[in-house]
This record gives sequence, structure tokens and C-alpha cells, in this order.
Amino acid sequence: MRESSPRKSSARVSSRRQINLKIWLTRHLQVALSSLGRVVRAPFSSLMTICVIGIALALPAGLHLMLDNVQVLSGSWDGAASISIYMEERVSDEQTAELAKRLQLESGISGASVVTRQQALREFRELSGFSEVLSTLEENPLPAVIVVKPDDALSDPQQAQALADKLTAMEGVDFAQLDLQWVTRFHAITEIADRFVWVVASLLGLAVILIIVNTIRLEIQNRHAEIEISKLIGATDSFIRRPFLYSGAWYGLFGGLISWLLVTLSLRLLDAPVARLAGLYQSDFILSGMDFSTFSLLIGCGSLLGLAGSWIAVGRHLHSIEPS
Amino acid sequence: MISFDNVSKRYPGGHDGISNITLEIDPGEMVFLTGHSGAGKSTMLRLIALLERSTGGQLRVGGRNLTRLKRSQIPFHRREVGMIFQDHRLLSDRTVFDNVAMPLIVAGLGHNEVSRRVRAALDKVGLLKRERAYPITLSGGEQQRVGIARAVVSRPPVVLADEPTGNLDSELSQEIMTLFESFNQVGVTLLIATHDLGLVRRLGRRTLLLSNGKLIQDNRAVYADA
Ligand SMILES: Nc1ncnc2c1ncn2[C@@H]1O[C@H](COP(=O)(O)OP(=O)(O)OP(=O)(O)O)[C@@H](O)[C@H]1O
Ligand SMILES: [Mg+2]
Repeated sequence: MRESSPRKSSARVSSRRQINLKIWLTRHLQVALSSLGRVVRAPFSSLMTICVIGIALALPAGLHLMLDNVQVLSGSWDGAASISIYMEERVSDEQTAELAKRLQLESGISGASVVTRQQALREFRELSGFSEVLSTLEENPLPAVIVVKPDDALSDPQQAQALADKLTAMEGVDFAQLDLQWVTRFHAITEIADRFVWVVASLLGLAVILIIVNTIRLEIQNRHAEIEISKLIGATDSFIRRPFLYSGAWYGLFGGLISWLLVTLSLRLLDAPVARLAGLYQSDFILSGMDFSTFSLLIGCGSLLGLAGSWIAVGRHLHSIEPS
Repeated sequence: MISFDNVSKRYPGGHDGISNITLEIDPGEMVFLTGHSGAGKSTMLRLIALLERSTGGQLRVGGRNLTRLKRSQIPFHRREVGMIFQDHRLLSDRTVFDNVAMPLIVAGLGHNEVSRRVRAALDKVGLLKRERAYPITLSGGEQQRVGIARAVVSRPPVVLADEPTGNLDSELSQEIMTLFESFNQVGVTLLIATHDLGLVRRLGRRTLLLSNGKLIQDNRAVYADA
């Protein structure tokens, strides 16, 4: 009996701890739900706050999504960034065709097509309008060209450049040129856009916090009597703080949902024109919507901003209410 | 249980609420506090419940030195002191049950325990049938009893009442005093501030008389008059 008693009492302690944990969790759940109830029960004022938060979050989320789409698009263009191989003049069309066939089998290259000297001349004639001048020339001044398409995997400009260098070194090749300039520029521009989205997101995140601070401040004022009496009967600061923190988080969460809704609806509106545009470029590109991780990020950010805002409001205004 | 040692309270404006009060209230005592308006009765009660902090001397309640208590400890002290107000201080948007349950919820009790104790407290003050009512629908005396139920529901060792019978007729006042006596019988220490000298005399308990913030009479021998 006596030997088993410590174990028994420790079991009792741990079961009591379990009960306390259960009470604690139930309390939190109750507070969370009653905060939710308060948000839902004042639909008009809550909806105003939630919509403002939703719009504020939708803007950076939408921009981010557009940028993502543009990057996906540019990714497919990167792959298409071609390398033009200018052959030496002494190389025959057959040898050029032979080389093109060999290159096609190389790793890192998805395709190689030949523009013979004659073809080049014909194209140049048609496009340049210098046909008179050209016809006076005795010899075709244009070299044969192999247009190489790097693999999709080779979207990194540096790797593509390395491939071009390798090709330049090959027998019979005058030089290989990577048509990269616009890709690099495009990367630079998207980088700026990316920064811009972050700046917009930070500013609007700040706006969300301020909105929540104001909403919670009003809520604290409305519940002045309740706070005062709670303090009177021995409520701790954290007990009083809790429902407001939950309210703030709920506002943020619903704001996040609204912003998701706004972004999704806007994308639907853009779908048709984007498809038309893509059609003009023989592309089957479609705007991709928000994936689950971005969605969770949006909701998470909303809730966190809400929590931060209510934390600030509570910190500033709760101490000023003392029982009298 | 409650011990004042040269306690003073000077309000921010420089006005003295009470000055240099020294007295001792034993566990299980029921004591009345009287004096003219502005004598410092409310101030004394507010110091004991730590609604206000003393500005001089040593104040102890149940072995706890209130002068040194940290801010974060104040809520836990308040839970051990039940306070009853003349204006009840009930929440008008909550039912009688929810009002009385507040101290238990604040203390983190489980749902079943809360219901059980709230019903017991309401039963004690005779308002069990009105648990679903809202305070505004109750009479002044009933509201006062809700306030009393809230003050005792967590079974604090000390109960303070600030003019609990201020607006009530003598019959209702007597009823409430009877209630206090029943708490006192189970060992609760009570300190009741009141203007109603007739009532005080009738009950024949220890009576403190304040005047201009000073204790001018501590009448333990009043029993003899009763
Ligand atoms: N918050 C305060 N700030 C400044 N002075 C105060 C404050 N509260 C009370 N006083 C002053 O302290 C003195 C004691 O007030 P207290 O409320 O304790 O009197 P009381 O005995 O309860 O009076 P009553 O019977 O009218 O309720 C009064 O002169 C009052 O003006
Ligand atoms: Mg008073």
C-alpha cells in the first residue's frame, strides 16, 4: 500500500493537470467562440471592418499573384530564349545540317533548326526591302545559321551563356549568340515589381493593423462596464485581454477570406481577355489562381495582423480602465 | 484577518480619504463602519479590496501585506475579498446567472462547478427562480441580493459591503442583514459600511465610527446596549 502511494499520487497529479488543461482549453474555446459570436452579432459594423481589411489585403495578394503569373510566363519564354549559331562561310549546307542533327541529341538542347544561306538571303530580301541592292551582289554575304532552343531546364541565363560559349568553340562555328538581353531586362523589371509588391504589402499591412486597433478600441469602450466589473472581481489582465485578442484575430481571418474572394473573382474577370491575348500568341497560357499555401499564408497573415492590432489596442486602452 | 497599522490614503488631489487608522479585525468578526458622508468609509473598504492603494502605513489582509503586493498579484487578492456595492454594479446585458457566475469564470472554474455554485449562491439569497432574468427586470432589493450572491459565490473569507441597504426600506434592510449574519455564522469576516444607525444598534455588533478620515470610536462593547 505504502509503496504504491507515490505512484498513485503522481497519477492523481497528472490527471488533475489533465483536467486543468481541459478546463483551460475549454475556456479558450469558449472565449474564441463568444468573440466570434460578438463579431457575427454586429454584422454591419463587423462587415465594414472586415471588408476594409479584405480590400487592403486583396491588393498585395492580387499583385503578388499577377507577378507569379508573369514569372511563370517569363519562365516559359526563358526556355525559348534561343541561341543563334553563325556558321563559318566555308561550311557547306550538308555539314550544317549534319551539325544541327548532332546538336539535337545533345543534352541541354531541345531543338535545332537550320536557316541555310539561301533561306537567309530570301528572308532578308523579303523583310528588308533591300532586294535591289542585294541582287547587285555577286555572292551571298549571309552565313548559315542554326537556331538552337535550350532545354526548359536551362532557364538560368548563366547556364545558357555557358552553352553558347561551348557552341562557339565547336568546329566550323563562327560564333554563337545568346539572345538574352531582353530576358535579363525582364528579370530586372520583375525584381522591381517584386519589391514594389512587398512595399505595398507592408503599407497595407500597417493599414490593417490600424483598422483593427481602431475597431478594438471602440469595442473596449463599448465594454467598459464589463471590463471594470471584471477587474473588480479579480480578473487578471490576460483574462480581460483574451476576448479582444480573439476578436482581432477573427477580424483578420475573415478579412483574409474576403480578400481571397476578391482576388479569385478578379482573376475570373481577367480569364477571358487573358485567354484571348494568349491565343494571339499561339499560347495556351491561363492565369493560375491562388494555390493552397498562398491561401493559407493570406489567412495566416490576416489573423496575425488582427492579433497584432488588437494587442496594441488592448495594451494602450486596458490599463486606463480601473474600477472606481 | 484585517489589520490597519497607521494606514493613510491621500488622494491624488491632496485630499485625505483616511489618515493614520490603526485597527484589527479578527477572523469571523462582523463589523459595522459608520460616519458622516465623506468620513472615509468607502475609502477604507476600497483599500482593503485593493481598488485603491494606501499611501502610508501597513495594511494586511489574511496575512497578506497589501502595501508590498505587486500589481500582477492584485487580481488574486480581489478574489479573496467579496465586495458589495450600493449601486450593485451588475452587468445589464447579462442574466442574473451570468452575473453571479463572473467571479468563478474569472477564477477559471469548470462549467459544472460554476453552475453548481451559482445555483447554491442564488438559492441562498432566494433568487434561484430568477436566474434567467436580466437585472433591470428586478427590484432594487433583488438586484442587491444578486450583488451579494456574486460577492459570496466564490466563498471568499472576507466580504465587504458599502452601504448595501442604502436605498432599501427597513424590512428589506433587515432581510439583507439576516443574510449577512448567516454568512458570518459560517465564518466569513464581514465589514459593512452604513448610515443606518438604527440597524447597527439593533444588531449589536462591533462598530467603528469614522470622522474626517480618522477613527474616533471603536465600540466593541455595544453588545451590552442591545
Ligand atoms: N477618487 C477620489 N479622489 C479624491 N478624493 C476622493 C476620492 N474618493 C473620495 N475622496 C474624498 O475622500 C474623502 C472620503 O471619501 P469616502 O468616499 O471614503 O467617504 P464615505 O465615508 O464613503 O462617504 P459617503 O457616506 O458619502 O459614501 C471624501 O472627502 C472624498 O471627497
Ligand atoms: Mg461611501
